[in-house]
Parts: sequence; C-alpha cells; structure tokens
Amino acid sequence: MTVPVLSVRDLKVEFVTRRATLRAIDGVSFDIAKGEVLGVVGESGAGKSVTGLAVIGLIDPPGRISGGEIHLSGMRIDHLPPEEIRRVRGKRIGMIFQDPLTSLNPLYRIGDQIVETIRTHTNLSESAARKRAVDLLAEAGIPAPEKRVDGYPHEFSGGMRQRVVIALAICAEPELIIADEPTTALDVSVQAQIIALIKRLGRDHGTAVMLVTHDMGVIAETCDRVAVMYSGRIAEIGPVQDVVRNPLHPYAKGLMGAIPTLAGEDRRLVQIPGSMPRLSAIPPGCPFNPRCAFAFDRCRVERPEPTRQGAQAVACHLYDHAAKESAA
Amino acid sequence: MLAFTLRRAVQAIGVMIAVGIIAFAMFRFAGDPVSQIVSIDTPAAEREAVRKSLGLDDPVLIQFARYFVNAAQFKFGVSYQFRQPVSTLLAERLPATLELAICATIFAMVFGILMGVYAALRRDTLLAKLCQAVSLIGISLPTFLIGILLIYLFAVTLGWLPSFGRGEMVRIGWWTTGLLTVSGLKALIMPSITLGLFQMTLIMRLVRAEMLEVLRTDYIRFARARGLTTRAIHFGHALKNTLVPVITVAGLQFGSVIAFSIITESVFQWPGMGLMFVQAVQNVDIPIMAAYLLMVSLIFVTINLVVDILYTIVDPRLRATVSRPA
Amino acid sequence: MSDGVVQQHTKTAHSGVGWFRRAVDSDLFYSFRRSKLTMLAAAVTVLFFLLAILASVLAVQNPFDPAQLQLMNSRISPLWTADGQSPFLLGTDEQGRDVFSAILYGLRISLIVGVLGVVFAGAIGITLGLIAGYLGGAVDAVIMRIADVQLTFPAILIALIVNGVAKSVFGNRLDPTSMLAVLVVAIGLSFWVQYARSVRGSVMVEKNKDYVAAAQLIGLPAPKIMLRHVLPNTMGPILVIATINLALAIITEATLSFLGSGMPDTMPSLGTLIRIGNNYLFAGEWWIVAFPGIALAGLILSINLLGDWLRDALNPKLR
Repeated sequence: MTVPVLSVRDLKVEFVTRRATLRAIDGVSFDIAKGEVLGVVGESGAGKSVTGLAVIGLIDPPGRISGGEIHLSGMRIDHLPPEEIRRVRGKRIGMIFQDPLTSLNPLYRIGDQIVETIRTHTNLSESAARKRAVDLLAEAGIPAPEKRVDGYPHEFSGGMRQRVVIALAICAEPELIIADEPTTALDVSVQAQIIALIKRLGRDHGTAVMLVTHDMGVIAETCDRVAVMYSGRIAEIGPVQDVVRNPLHPYAKGLMGAIPTLAGEDRRLVQIPGSMPRLSAIPPGCPFNPRCAFAFDRCRVERPEPTRQGAQAVACHLYDHAAKESAA
Repeated sequence: MLAFTLRRAVQAIGVMIAVGIIAFAMFRFAGDPVSQIVSIDTPAAEREAVRKSLGLDDPVLIQFARYFVNAAQFKFGVSYQFRQPVSTLLAERLPATLELAICATIFAMVFGILMGVYAALRRDTLLAKLCQAVSLIGISLPTFLIGILLIYLFAVTLGWLPSFGRGEMVRIGWWTTGLLTVSGLKALIMPSITLGLFQMTLIMRLVRAEMLEVLRTDYIRFARARGLTTRAIHFGHALKNTLVPVITVAGLQFGSVIAFSIITESVFQWPGMGLMFVQAVQNVDIPIMAAYLLMVSLIFVTINLVVDILYTIVDPRLRATVSRPA
Repeated sequence: MSDGVVQQHTKTAHSGVGWFRRAVDSDLFYSFRRSKLTMLAAAVTVLFFLLAILASVLAVQNPFDPAQLQLMNSRISPLWTADGQSPFLLGTDEQGRDVFSAILYGLRISLIVGVLGVVFAGAIGITLGLIAGYLGGAVDAVIMRIADVQLTFPAILIALIVNGVAKSVFGNRLDPTSMLAVLVVAIGLSFWVQYARSVRGSVMVEKNKDYVAAAQLIGLPAPKIMLRHVLPNTMGPILVIATINLALAIITEATLSFLGSGMPDTMPSLGTLIRIGNNYLFAGEWWIVAFPGIALAGLILSINLLGDWLRDALNPKLR
C-alpha cells in the first residue's frame, strides 16, 4: 500500500477561553490518497474548516492542536516550527478559501500576487515567474490571461476571482489542495464551473483534494470519498456512492434525506429536529444523541468509536455489534 | 476622475464662501472699522468721510462682494496694530509656520507609524505597552505644558537647544528658511516635537487599530496560507493596506497642525502666523483675525482636495469607480 | 437599550468561532487592571472637585484678593526645600501669592468654566440635534452642513476667534467675571457639534420606532415627544461625549488663559498660573509653573481615563 498524501490520526483541536477549554475537533482520523478527492461535509460549526486550517497549521491562538498527528506524504507536519510549516504552506499544500471577494489583497495586481507566491517557493526569475503566472491563469480558465495578469482584484467577477485564487493555490504544484467551501459565496451558475475546475486540476496534476462543503450535491458529483462531520467528530466516512445511497449513521441518513432530488417528487424532505450543540455544551456519549430517533441508553454515556461496515466506517452504537458482544 | 475632482472642488469653494461670510461679518460688524482708524476726537463729519471712502455705507451685499474680490487677491485690509497691509504681514510669517508644520507632520508620521506598527505586531511586549501609555499622556497633556517641559529640560537644565525663535535664517527670494543653518535646525527640534506629539499619538493609535483590523482580514489569512514570509505579509500586504486610511487622516490633520501651531508658536515665540494671530486676538486686530481664518481655511480646503486626489491614486478600487461612472 | 444588549449576547453566544474570539478579546486580566486604573482615576477626579469646592477652607490666603498678598513673601521655594517657609507648602510667586492656594482657586475657575462650557455646548448641541433629527429636510441639511464645516476647524481656533470678537464688541476691558462668561460661550460654541451629530443620529433611529408613533397617535405635541421620550434614549452617548469634552474644555480654557486670551492675572485659572510661572522658569523658580502644570495634567488625565472607561462600559460592542 502506498503512503497516503494526507494522513490525519486522532486530531484534536482546542480553543482556550476564559471560562473553559472548548474542543472544536475531537479525535478525527482520515486519509487522502494521491489524486483522490475527499469531501468533508457537515453543518456550520461541525469542525470542517477548523480541520482544514489545522492541516496547514493556521490555527491561531487561542486555538491549538492538542493531540493527534498529521502526516503529509509520510512527513509529520503538525509539530513543525513556524518557519518550516510556512514552507509547506503554499508549496506542498494549496488552500482555497470561501470568499474570493476578500481573499485577494485589493491593493496589489493579481499578477504581482501570483509572482510573489511563486518566487517565495521556487527560485524562478521575475520574468519566468511572470510567464508562469500567465500560464496558471490560462489553466484556471481565465480568458486573455496575458492582459488580465495586470488587473486588480476588483476588476474581476466573483467567479473569476475564485479562479485567480485557485491559480494561486496551485502555483507551486502542491501535493494537496484544501478547498474550504470554495463555491459557497458564488452564484449558482458559476459554482459548477469552479467545482469542475478543481476536479480537473486535481486529476491532471495527481493532486489530492480535501473539499470542505455543506453542499451534498457538490460532494456527490465531485468526490471519491466523503466524511460526514458532527460536533468535531467524524460520524461516517466512506466511498461517496455508499454514503450517499446507503448512509449508516442516523445523522448521515438525516443529511441525505434533506437533499432534494429531481426524481422522487413525492418524497417529503426529512428534517433533522433540533440543532447541533454548542461546543461548550456537547452532551456526554454520542454528541448526536439528543437529536437521534434511535438513541438508547448507551448513546448517552459512552462515546461511539468508528467501526468498519464494509467500505464505510461509522461511529454509532447501532452498528457496534462486535464491540457489544465482546463486552458482554 | 475629472468629474470627481470637479465635484470636490465645488464643495471646497462652498466651504470657502461660508468662511468668507464669517470673516466678512467679523471684519464689518465686530467693532467699527472707522473708529479703529480715526482718533477719538475726530469730528463726526470727518468720520463720515472716512466711512464713505472705505465704502462702508454701500449695501452690505456690495461690501461683501468687494471684500471677497479683495480677499481672492489676498488683499485683507490694513492691520490695526501694525498699520501695514495684512497680506504683507502674513507673507512674512508664512514660511516660519509652514516649515514648523511640515517638520512636525514628518515627525508625527515617522514615529506614529513606527510605534503603531510595533504596538500592533508585538502587542504584548513591554515596549508596546509603553507606546500605549505614551499615547495616553500625549492626548492628556496640553500642548503648552509639553512645550514648557521640553524647554525646562533641554533649554534651561541641559542647555542643548534654544528655547525661542527660529535661529539663523537664510533668505531665498521672499521665503526665509531655517532649514539650511545648524542653529535654524536646532531651533526647529523642540517646536516640531511639541506640535507633532498630539498628531503622533493620533497616528499611532490609528495605525495600531487599522493594522490589527487588516491582520484579521481574509486576504492576510490567504497570504499566510500561500506560505508567504511573515515579513512579506506584515510589511508588504498589511502595512500597505493600513497606510491608505492613515494617509488620509495625516493629510487632513495637516490643517489642524497649522491651526494648533498657534499654541506652539506662542510657547516658543516662533515668529509665524499663529503667534501673530494670538497677538491679534489680544489686541483685537480684526483684519488679521479675519485674514488668518481665511488663510487657514484655504490651506485646509486645498489639503482636503489634494488628499482626495491622492487617495484615488493609492487605492485602485476608488480609481476605478471614480473613472468609470456607472 | 438594555434590550439591544441582551440580543447582542444571545446572538454572539450562538455563532461558533466568533463567540470564542469575543470571549477571549475581553481578556480578564486586562479588564481587571484597567478597572483598577479607572477607580484610581475616579478617586483623583473626586479629589480635585473636593479641593476646588473646599478651596476657601483649605487655602492659606485668597489669591484673588490683592490685599492678602505681600511682596515680602515673594518667590519663596516649596516647604521641603532649604529656603521653604511655613505656611507656603508649594512656595510663592513673584507677587507673594501662595502657589498652593492659587492652585485651589485656579482649579475652581478651571472646573467652573469647564463644566459650564460643557453644559452650554450640550444645550446648543442637543437642541440643534433634536431639531435637525426630528424635522429633517432643509433644516437638517443646514444645521449639519454648518456642523461639518465647523468640525474641520480645531476648537481652539474657534474659541480664540469667539474670544477676539467678544473683546471687540464689548471693548477690551472685560472684568474677570464677564471674561469667565465669554470663555464659557467660546467653549460652548466650539464643542456643540459632537452632541448635535450624536443626538441627531439617535433621533433619526428613535423617531421611526413604535413608541414615538404611539405618542403621536395619542396627540402629544412634538416638543413633548422629543423631550419626554426621544431624549432619554440618547443619554448614554451624550454622557460619554460630555465626559471626554469636559477634559477638552478644561484644556481649551487653560490654553486660552495660557495664550493670554483667557482669565486675567487678577483672577487666575490653572492656565493663567502656568503662563505667569513660565516667565520665571529661566530664573530657576520652577515651582511656580510646575505645580499648576501637574495639577492640570493630573485632572485631565483622570477625566480622560474616566471617559474612556465610560465609553467602553456603555458600548458593549466596543471592547
């Protein structure tokens, strides 16, 4: 078995506040292989974005990684000193943020921002970096790149700006791209183009992609595998077909039930009652138990660990027969 | 761009007309100009003659128009105290005030920005807290007390710097400068610090607040995610974005620096327009007061206009929205 | 207002990361130390007011009464120095005026002018702000345009001009008490803009609320609605402006007096004392200027600290 591009093991992220230490990520583990697209889905506040930020080492105080390991192509990166993790950022891991309108510095020409990034990570000359910037813009699907390279961010539409952001993310040929809700802030008509672009770039360059989103449609269309997050934990992870067609975790079932489809017009959309608990009030046991229709006593006291179910892994006591039997 | 500049220029002229009305009202109605010119025992008939010769019995509107036309040509009448045209007196003292104001502004900008950036980037260090404390004192101590304190320290006790005046002057045309002699430069140090200290604290607080704000923005986070060096992020991206509003404020403040120089010039007996204005207020020399008000307003309005135009050059977003009216 | 605060809290409590950030920003240690400083500032401010009120009891002489000043007592250095003489704690000036007594009486003048100036500025500003906000339209435009133009000029310049005009109109020989009134007017005319803007803003918000509509419906006259119902809702910001402006008004009075356009030598304020003392600095008689200077700086610093704290305390959105 080859070494995965990204391997996260039992990651924990905490935010220290005056009153309490809040655990935003609590024991998250997953791998992403070369050329694979992993979707990370969940409600806002479930810890999707924090996971992405933890991988590239951008958790700022008062937050901190309090446990677990992160490996990039076999190299441990969660304990690197600031200067070394900086060299990893942008070079080996590219990041795309949610809002392209605010991701670019308004006072610099986009060409200068790309050249700056390229020259930070490679020893290309100014003119070579500039030529590469034009190529990158072309690859990101920006028309007339040799002209647009001298434009300022405000001269680009939202979709075009996100293409620029993507060009910036791939400019040093990273092994991994983390895309944090890359289409949320865009017009619906542009969303599909951007997703297709990310997918194509990932395939062409053999880049692993971690796609954070709350849009199940995007996940179903784009990803190879999907991780469903809830309250800072992975509830279910597995191949996208399996998880979408046959979700196991009650929360994942609810999530899939909430997707409108064109086919089944008669089916009522299922809604999950209640809302995700605040980080300061996560219930003991399974964090989903207050909203779960299938919850039983054990769910309220014992935290479920992920167990394999075919190609999927699910953290739910309903599927934990083996553990139940061995306990008995 | 042109339309924007024109609109600003029209606004500026509006302000100048408003100030002109106030200046005229002072000139005409605060005290009788005739009795300032003639002596107490002048007969009434002669007073009337003077009144006529000054055009004071024309309709008020015509008088205002006349005052305004004269003022536009920098003719502000004759000083009651000095019996000289006010414009000559102002022109003599303008270089002193401008040199002081410019040096004070440079001092305020350089130290304000340095301290502000430091206080923002190294928020929890002792030095940063010291900067904050200095800024509180700078805002709380009246300008004249700072001046007196400096004089006591550096002129009276240590004897390093002169306590008053401009030192040796060099004449270049009608402009007298103290920038070309050692004694002139030495004489500039304390007044510039005194005058600039308040602006410095203002700029420092602004830079710190803006910088902290900018460091929280998405594009700074994205710049970090791109792996740029801390140096490039702080001093390339963050500083440039911080300085845009700072330029505006510092520019607008230049007008107040000139007005505040009234106090500094009094403390250091600096022979500028401000000192003349203070003496004019004490001696009720209305023509000088009115002219000073107009001069300061003119400088103010001009600076505002220049800053607005500069702003559009620095910020590409504004340039675009301005040059391409939707 | 309290409703808004409650909503603010519940809102922030629900939004994940923003909630962390806000909780951490209001750092416990910082606010603790800060409030201690505020308590000190409050104590100093109260002390200054007490000293001013009790001036006639605490002072060893009335510095405004020339008959009590004796030239043989002139230029005595402070009590703890070699040449100090009782009862002149902080020494005496050229005219044999006890510096400590002069500070007490000068403090009284400074505080009277400052407080009355702020009240006068508040009266003008609040009235104009209410009128502008409530009536809107052309009246509003004219008032706010004047405010805009005036705001571009530093208060000290306006105060000096008002002063000069007053001297010109009333003649150059104003008695000290009239001078005090002129200073109050000058300060009032220099500082009204902030009140007007703040009140106008609040009125614009408040006048569209249901309770004003209800008051109109039951037929209350407009001035009554404004004074009884709208004004109380604008008091928070006004209090903050008034506190910060008190410091500014005291500085302005001191500056005018220092420049020789304020209180005369026969009835000196702190600024006048500093101007007088400044003339003796070169002769080494530092105490004549130093103690009034320290008193003025301490007073202004304390009031400023109180103002800062008040602004933060009344506005939960600002840290």
